[in-house]
Amino acid sequence: MQTTFPRLMLDHAQRRPGAAALREKEYGIWQTVTWQQLATLVRQLACGLAEAGLQRGQHMVVIGENRPRLYASMLAIQSLGAVPVPLYQDAVAGEFVFPINNAEVAFAVVEDQEQVDKMLELREQCPQLGRVWYDDPRGLRHYNEPGLASLDALIEAGRAYDAAHPGFYDAEVAKARPDDVAAMFFTSGTTGNPKGVVHTHFTLLDRANAGKTFDKLTENEEVLAYMPPAWIGQNIFSYAQWLACGYIVNCPESAATVTIDLKEIGPTYYFAPPRIFEGLLTSVTIRMEDASAIKKWLYKTCMAVARRVGPARMDGKPASLIDRIQYRLGDWFIFGPLRNTLGFSRVRVAYTAGEAIGPDLFTFYRSIGINLKQLYGSTETAVFVCLQPDHEVKADTVGVPIDGVEIKLADSGEILVKSPGLLKEYYKNPTATAEVLDAGGWYHTGDAGFIDAGGHLKIIDRAKDVGRIVGGPNDGAMFAPKYVENKLKFFPYIKEAVAFGDRREKVCAFINIDFDAIGNWAEKRNLPYAGYTDLAQKPEVYELVRECVEQVNADLSQDDKLAGSQVSRFLILHKELDADDGELTRTRKVRRGYIGEKYQVLVDALYGGRTEQFIETAVKFEDGRSGSVSATLKIVDVKTFPAMKRAA
Amino acid sequence: MSSARKSGEVILEVKNISLAFGGVKALTDISFDVREHEIRAIIGPNGAGKSSMLNCINGVYQPQQGTITFRGQTFQHMNSRQVAEMGFARTFQNLALFKGMNVIDNIMSGRNLKMKTNIFQQAIHFGAARREEVANREFVEHIIDFLEIQAFRKTPVGRLPYGLQKRVDLGRALAMEPQVLLLDEPMAGMNVEEKQDMCRFVLDVNDEFGTTIVLIEHDMGVVMDISDRVVVLDYGKKIGDGSPQEVRANPDVISAYLGTAH
Repeated sequence: MQTTFPRLMLDHAQRRPGAAALREKEYGIWQTVTWQQLATLVRQLACGLAEAGLQRGQHMVVIGENRPRLYASMLAIQSLGAVPVPLYQDAVAGEFVFPINNAEVAFAVVEDQEQVDKMLELREQCPQLGRVWYDDPRGLRHYNEPGLASLDALIEAGRAYDAAHPGFYDAEVAKARPDDVAAMFFTSGTTGNPKGVVHTHFTLLDRANAGKTFDKLTENEEVLAYMPPAWIGQNIFSYAQWLACGYIVNCPESAATVTIDLKEIGPTYYFAPPRIFEGLLTSVTIRMEDASAIKKWLYKTCMAVARRVGPARMDGKPASLIDRIQYRLGDWFIFGPLRNTLGFSRVRVAYTAGEAIGPDLFTFYRSIGINLKQLYGSTETAVFVCLQPDHEVKADTVGVPIDGVEIKLADSGEILVKSPGLLKEYYKNPTATAEVLDAGGWYHTGDAGFIDAGGHLKIIDRAKDVGRIVGGPNDGAMFAPKYVENKLKFFPYIKEAVAFGDRREKVCAFINIDFDAIGNWAEKRNLPYAGYTDLAQKPEVYELVRECVEQVNADLSQDDKLAGSQVSRFLILHKELDADDGELTRTRKVRRGYIGEKYQVLVDALYGGRTEQFIETAVKFEDGRSGSVSATLKIVDVKTFPAMKRAA
Repeated sequence: MSSARKSGEVILEVKNISLAFGGVKALTDISFDVREHEIRAIIGPNGAGKSSMLNCINGVYQPQQGTITFRGQTFQHMNSRQVAEMGFARTFQNLALFKGMNVIDNIMSGRNLKMKTNIFQQAIHFGAARREEVANREFVEHIIDFLEIQAFRKTPVGRLPYGLQKRVDLGRALAMEPQVLLLDEPMAGMNVEEKQDMCRFVLDVNDEFGTTIVLIEHDMGVVMDISDRVVVLDYGKKIGDGSPQEVRANPDVISAYLGTAH
């Protein structure tokens, strides 16, 4: 389909002017913005921006949560042929410097006082950033900064400009071509500066439509947008597909009300990274542990039925009459109400992506009747590469290549993709572009994996992270750190894990406990603790985690390729790994190399055979102050298992 | 921050107030004034008479001597309902919320004086009563938005953490659209983060609605940061009055807080 985002929006406004485009909960009531109202708003914003001097091809940053007027701003920017660059709203000011200077950004639309403060802080480092508009005026009344104004003022200016230049807006929209750059997304990048991924209207819309066709999405879908709009997943899902399908995007009241809003809206199409599903399941589990004995029994009994019958049912396989009756009863008592509480009553298609999802977690949702599926893609591929078709869903694969996508494996095991949705380039970085896009038009994903017998793609790890064990009994064995870490993280007690082992003789790991889950566990056992650091170092907690690690080892020993990756020793870190300390990316992926350097003493202690190690770490708090955490960490050995193949 | 605000005329004047419970003198000859739009703090060690002072102002206690003048009207003693109707609202040191009711209902109870329909109209809930409910609920929603407690609308107050209960308490006081807000130790028992939030809300209330605030506080850091003028009480007597800087330098105040060298 050869079109652009603004034209799609105008098209909806013309065909269905009164239909809802966006909803936002304000003062406790869901307020609707119709396509017609949206079109008017976008027109005024665009005229206002034009008057302020926004040029075709210029970049403009948009920072904030999912807010109707920020979405409208992105459309307005695109209407003028300029390029919106959404940035992560939870980043600290310093992280904005590179993208803003790299893309020579002079204008910004931001959500509220918090973001305005960050922009003002950046003025010295980014002198070209002249104009900043904000959506929510709260707390900004006394700000008297040059170039700072509210979106209301911009809309007002736009209205006047539009009246003086009536044909201007339509002419601008008509100038745009599908091959023009539509948006730029900065990848969080586990190493070095972030890279600006350039996408055109065509690449984004082609993939949005491929996904639409694959899952038969209609204009009647309801969607709740609550992940950062700077994440391409959210952007595709609540912006590109929103315009491609014309469905309704709902913006939650605040981050704290998402679970309530989810329940009120009851989305039909849902997309979230695994940690959201994990968080929901953890809250259910914790609440069930506090429930009365009868409820607990009922939950346990019904969930056993769900585990036995549910997955096959979702795969469309026939079940025996007794199973069907039991499942129906379970649905009546537990699954239905549970889906309702989670806000998934109406979900037709739910996707998880971004990270591997634990098989137990995945099966839980499918077994209670939620059509949860996995997909594979990245910022560079405009998300949709592989999707799992209904009834063909497995926990450890990511689905089949969809319409338009070709996949092949390089000799190194790296996955190569050819698709109409590939990035145009990395902005001002031809070297990096050449590294990932070869002459034949293949995109090098950097992921290692293979295609299984059923034609489904299976991902093991990042290709560059796959290493070798050197020396020791497992000399030469393959080491896939992320595969090991994910297996560890599938336990509710383990929040993060970092595995080391490349070019070493054995695998050792850092563990981050899940404070909520282990805190609850400790309370149940009357185990007193003073805080995170104290809880993490309790011998009982070490014992609990050791059992988890042993289970992972037992599991890994079944896999003859990865049996050598079993964890020999581990320690529990004294602080939570945090994006503010640079240990995680903004999308919460561990930066293994950086962590290895930062905690060099701990790595040395793990491999040096010590049983404890003192460490002091500087930490940054959310308000920008810094302090330090120190502790003596225990290090313990774990049982490893002989590989199955050798045992046989 | 405080320099940006402009304090107006004196609107509340407390003159020679003395209060005794039998032989115990809680307050002796206390006088001070409060200007419009200012944040006025009353501080002092435990048992200094701070809460008694507040209770005299809003009519819970009736002082034996002295007068209270509000906007030109002078009273020997105040009457609680009358005080509320004149535009005073307060929060409580030990929280006096309806624990079993949810956040909305608790804050709605602060709108009581604004509702004119009678119990029968409300029971039928049609016409005037419904319109009134809708209008008041909208006002309450603005407060919920202002205090950022949207996630807890329907949560029974008793289940909320202490810091949030304090916020609901403030919300209920705000629902009365007060001209003068009396805050009895709004930060007591809070952790640092909760205190910061509360300070911000107090300043925002003062800034956005121009509400005059009289607050009792224990935490000297908080008082010195947010108030325009401070009264210091000790053993029921006034020992200091002035800007935070003046009070901090006052030798009587220092000795009351730190003790004197003998």
